Amino acid sequence: MIVGKQKPIEEILEKTASFGSILVVGCGGCVTVCHAGGEKEVGILAEQLELRAMALHRPLTVIPGMAERQCDTEFIEQLRDDMDRVEAVLTIGCGAGAQTLASVFPQKPVIPGLNTRFIGAQVEHMNWAERCIGCGDCVIGDFGGLCPVARCSKHLLNGPCGGSNNGHCEMDPELDCIWDLIIRKLEASGQLDRLLEVTPARNWQTSRAGGVRRQKHEDSAL
Amino acid sequence: MKSGSRLERTFAEGKFAVTAEIFPPRTPSVRLLHKRAEQVRDYLTAANLTDNQSATVRIASMAASRIVLDAGVEPVMQITCRDRNRMAIQADVIGAAALGIKNILCVTGDHQKFGDHPAARNVYDLDSMNLIQMLKTMRDDGRFHNGDAIRNRSASPVVPPEIFIGAAANPFGSPRHFRPYRLAKKIAAGADFVQTQPVYDLVVFREWLQKAGDLGLIEKVHIMAGITPVKSVDALCYMRDHVPGMHIPEATIRRMTGAADPEREGFEMALEMICAVKDLCGVRGIHLMAIGWEKVVPLLIEAANIVPEPVAVHRGDRPDAEIAGKD
Ligand code: SF4
Ligand code: SF4
Repeated sequence: MIVGKQKPIEEILEKTASFGSILVVGCGGCVTVCHAGGEKEVGILAEQLELRAMALHRPLTVIPGMAERQCDTEFIEQLRDDMDRVEAVLTIGCGAGAQTLASVFPQKPVIPGLNTRFIGAQVEHMNWAERCIGCGDCVIGDFGGLCPVARCSKHLLNGPCGGSNNGHCEMDPELDCIWDLIIRKLEASGQLDRLLEVTPARNWQTSRAGGVRRQKHEDSAL
Repeated sequence: MKSGSRLERTFAEGKFAVTAEIFPPRTPSVRLLHKRAEQVRDYLTAANLTDNQSATVRIASMAASRIVLDAGVEPVMQITCRDRNRMAIQADVIGAAALGIKNILCVTGDHQKFGDHPAARNVYDLDSMNLIQMLKTMRDDGRFHNGDAIRNRSASPVVPPEIFIGAAANPFGSPRHFRPYRLAKKIAAGADFVQTQPVYDLVVFREWLQKAGDLGLIEKVHIMAGITPVKSVDALCYMRDHVPGMHIPEATIRRMTGAADPEREGFEMALEMICAVKDLCGVRGIHLMAIGWEKVVPLLIEAANIVPEPVAVHRGDRPDAEIAGKD
């Protein structure tokens, strides 16, 4: 899922300071799951905005709102009535959600209240880690189901680099060296010989390097 | 001969090779590089010119390589995968060959997090293995990475870059048992010679060499053992704690801590290590990385009695097609 983190409140307050009425919109998808942009967080953020406005003796109307999925115009349309009542919208959906808002409501300033961070998995309670960078041509089948593209700090296809340190990445002693994990996994399954062949350089055209990516379902009538 | 470089000829003649790193300065100073080249000219087979070493901006390796070549020192141009993609690197390889640079060392490169521009975006389009492979394809097949022939027009002759391809190896990195296989992969990719991380732990180094021998690798590649002399215990501890991939045994630290004259002790330790590794089966040379202590390089080489026999340095002007105007 997409993992995001709310921006520092000071930054949000600064970017919203010039508006007298704001719709705060969360998303019921990934960012609800990672406790960064769901209904609860919308409530807290709305309250923070109101409290600050009160402290500064500024009039401010804050309307809390939710979209089941902010990256879907169908759900965004449901916000139209609330949107008509405010000067600006503050979203704590991911970057895709924020931009869907921006395109459905071209007249409204959209302020992002969340930093979209990565595609990740929950590795322990309330703790997420990056697992995929959406390279567009999944190769993990060659690496024991583990991804060196996303999880090696240098995207090495023929790791580990010289800095791998007792299972940890040279970047950070708290971070697993994915190449250490790959080697151990393939060893355990008796497939280490796969790593004795040089993996050739990748064709990055399917990744972001190939430009902005789109996808149309073949049977779009569905 | 793949490149005809002095380094390649030294190995071909069965002689012992000695290289050292020259760290390009941060300022556009030819004088400084000439000075460094002069210090080591009579003591080295070739000198490595690092590529933004420790992820810190310096004179480009290609420029520094040509500057020391003009001062009579054969360069080993280093290329990291951190700062350039396959297009930029191939352009550099062709450019380097045009400038008479004949040795290229391929490394992954330290992450920019450890350097002076942590806010930069890195590249890592290729990894060091892919880089070695690409250079071999350029040299042996006369083709670019995309398969196109290295020539200007379809009827003109193919002019491959003549380069001797180097790789780095860390016998001390983990997982340790995989390290000899990684060396095997680098050789399969096309490495002609290998320079190792600094050796402080002879036991581990020997095990790695032994395994390389068992895998039949030492006949296929020229291994140069890395040596880094240090003049203080602080420098040792700094490397242990902050330089990725560095392995320094406790005994080394203890010996340095107890030394009355650490500089003398550091010299002796480096000298002992050179003498210990130089006769090991599979070691074909020494690679000195005297960070911050460059002037010790000639002294160590002399003391270890490994001054390379003089070989005429070939200025790199190419006698080939483009000069004759054939393409
Ligand atoms: S190989 Fe690509 S698609 Fe597969 S997990 Fe890694 S980054 Fe994601
Ligand atoms: S230590 Fe491991 S994960 Fe980190 S950059 Fe090196 S190979 Fe990649």
